[in-house]
Amino acid sequence: MTITLFIPCYIDLFYPRVGMAMVRILEKLGHKIVCPESPSCCGQPAFNTGYWDESRALAVKVLDQLKDAEVVVIPSGSCGAMIKVFYPVLFAGTPQEPLAKEVSAKCYEFAQFLVDKLGVTDLGAKFPHRVTYHDGCHSLREMNIYEAPRKLLRHVAGLELVEMRQTVCCGFGGTFSAKFPAISTAMGEVKCDLAAETGAEYIVSSDSSCLMHIQGLIDRQRRKLKTIHLAEVLAGDF
Amino acid sequence: MTTAAAKFKKDVRRVTADLRHRRIINAALDGYAVKRDQKKALFQDWAGARRLAAATKYEAINSLDRCLEQFARGLESRGAKVHWASTGQQACEIIVGILKQRNARSVVKSKAMTAEEIHLNEALARAGLDVVETDLGEFIVQLRDEPPYHIVFPAMHLTRGEIQETFRKRLGDAPSDNPEELTMVARRVLRQKYIQADAGITGANFAVADAGLISLTENEGNARLTGALPRTMITLVGIEKVIPRLEDLALFLPMLATVGAGQLISGYNTLYGGPRQPGEPDGPEEYHVVLLDNNRTRLLADAEKRDTLHCIRCGSCLNVCPIFRNIGGHSYGTTYCGPIGAVLTPVLKGLQEWKHLPYASSLCGACTEACPVGIDLHHHLLEHRRAAAGTKPSWWQKLAFKLFAPVAASKLLWALVTKSGRLGQKLHPIVLGTRLDPAYVWTRTRDLPPIAKTTFKEWWRRTRP
Ligand code: SF4
Repeated sequence: MTITLFIPCYIDLFYPRVGMAMVRILEKLGHKIVCPESPSCCGQPAFNTGYWDESRALAVKVLDQLKDAEVVVIPSGSCGAMIKVFYPVLFAGTPQEPLAKEVSAKCYEFAQFLVDKLGVTDLGAKFPHRVTYHDGCHSLREMNIYEAPRKLLRHVAGLELVEMRQTVCCGFGGTFSAKFPAISTAMGEVKCDLAAETGAEYIVSSDSSCLMHIQGLIDRQRRKLKTIHLAEVLAGDF
Repeated sequence: MTTAAAKFKKDVRRVTADLRHRRIINAALDGYAVKRDQKKALFQDWAGARRLAAATKYEAINSLDRCLEQFARGLESRGAKVHWASTGQQACEIIVGILKQRNARSVVKSKAMTAEEIHLNEALARAGLDVVETDLGEFIVQLRDEPPYHIVFPAMHLTRGEIQETFRKRLGDAPSDNPEELTMVARRVLRQKYIQADAGITGANFAVADAGLISLTENEGNARLTGALPRTMITLVGIEKVIPRLEDLALFLPMLATVGAGQLISGYNTLYGGPRQPGEPDGPEEYHVVLLDNNRTRLLADAEKRDTLHCIRCGSCLNVCPIFRNIGGHSYGTTYCGPIGAVLTPVLKGLQEWKHLPYASSLCGACTEACPVGIDLHHHLLEHRRAAAGTKPSWWQKLAFKLFAPVAASKLLWALVTKSGRLGQKLHPIVLGTRLDPAYVWTRTRDLPPIAKTTFKEWWRRTRP
């Protein structure tokens, strides 16, 4: 099938390897990849801050880019939730409402796409490390993704998955991390402590935005943990 | 920034950095979570129970007028007096009026968040009445002149040592920091107060419409004594506490105990139907029920937020909220804290003054997942933000988002951003960590990743022409 990738701004700028890993995995599975060059943002920051008109200005462009796609795959539960769950809300009562619903229906988060849509759980990857998995809150609670990334991780050779004893937000929260840095940082510390308790070497997640926040803290506080996106683990880059 | 927002930010900075606070709260709430999950597992179908609870509250709130009338009729038929208060001030006046008429001087009170909401204690003190909180946690925070820290666990932020210190200072009696001994001290003081009290004031957990009964849940027996010993009993109850049928308690009592305190059922569950009836050996000579609106009808009129009236004040959303756990109950500066407080306060006390509360959330949704009656808490926060930005936008944020849209939508401009971003990062170390740093809010505590040598889009263009 022809898969349209939506690459959010922070993956483009900071974590291109995540996008590249996705491309490699999906191509290896025999699919054709297309990737619109713009827009680079789904409009979530404005939406979550309450500026829905400004968010819509960007979101209409996204809809326009994705309207002819067969399926859309997004390497982030957060941007995924924006398009899948919140676009229909954002466009409710506007002329674009039907289109928003249409795009929503064919939009998938990466792990969910592999497991639920393609039925793939074993990509033949190898990652001989102890890891713990961080659920991005939008993946978990807006898109109801819990099992898919774990199924994928369980099939990675050499990988040992240890769960944290609590499923809790890392404290990123988009513009929240800048509006209330003190709370965001405290939450990140709690998250890092929980991850460290498991004895894991890596925190794996499907959300690079969470990982940007967590890794930023790890680097600043010189903690021992490392972070990595699920796609990179599955592509077997390491 | 409003004064409330400025105070919030200041308190938040202090508490989030307080590792001792973090340890105490996390330990307490982790212990709670274990017990809660054990009890939840005893429900045959927890998800079904939640759906039923939500549907039952929906029914009650959507026929609130009829439910309340039925509830009042039932109580009145047994000789209770029902008062309707539109505002907090009115409720205070009604209660003070009743007490004045009885020439009451001292009052015992059992835990009631509605009383906190309307500042009843202050009103009683102004009227020259002596008021004592009888719930142990409330008693402790009252001695410390603090508001409750949590809507269910008012003194959870205090260690045994701090409680001992409080008792020593205020009661002159604190043999050790042993919880049992401290409880005995409180009991000695409180027993005396019960006997002297002219009136007892309680809150209510549920107002049962078809039976005309007040349902009260507690673990210390203090509410029972508050209702049983003094001659006059007054119950203050928010109108949203109504449930349609007596049999609904079969669901709500275990549910409240489970998510509220990790108990299968609370220690004492009492139903109050009126004053002492002929032939009954005990109970108050007169019983007053004060029904409180205080802006609840405003929520009722708002189809979008009406479900917030389903709240049974279990505290579950606070317990799972990572914001609450890190900033603590007092930082909110409101009667209702945590997610439900962040949703209710802007409605009850003004959106612009309190909009910082809905913004102080990562919108993680743990609250919504935990709420036993299915209130869509985190989406209400989102909706508050929209309303706040819609009625009074911040010009610079609006401008930033306005400018960002065309940039993110254009291939050319985005490439330009990428290039200038790289240049900016080269210069960044000069200002890094100082106030001149445009990314200061981020870089004060976190590193920023470098922009990649080859961005995804540059790679894509190069490899897939
Ligand atoms: S909003 Fe829900 S979880 Fe929070 S106190 Fe009310 S009933 Fe409990």
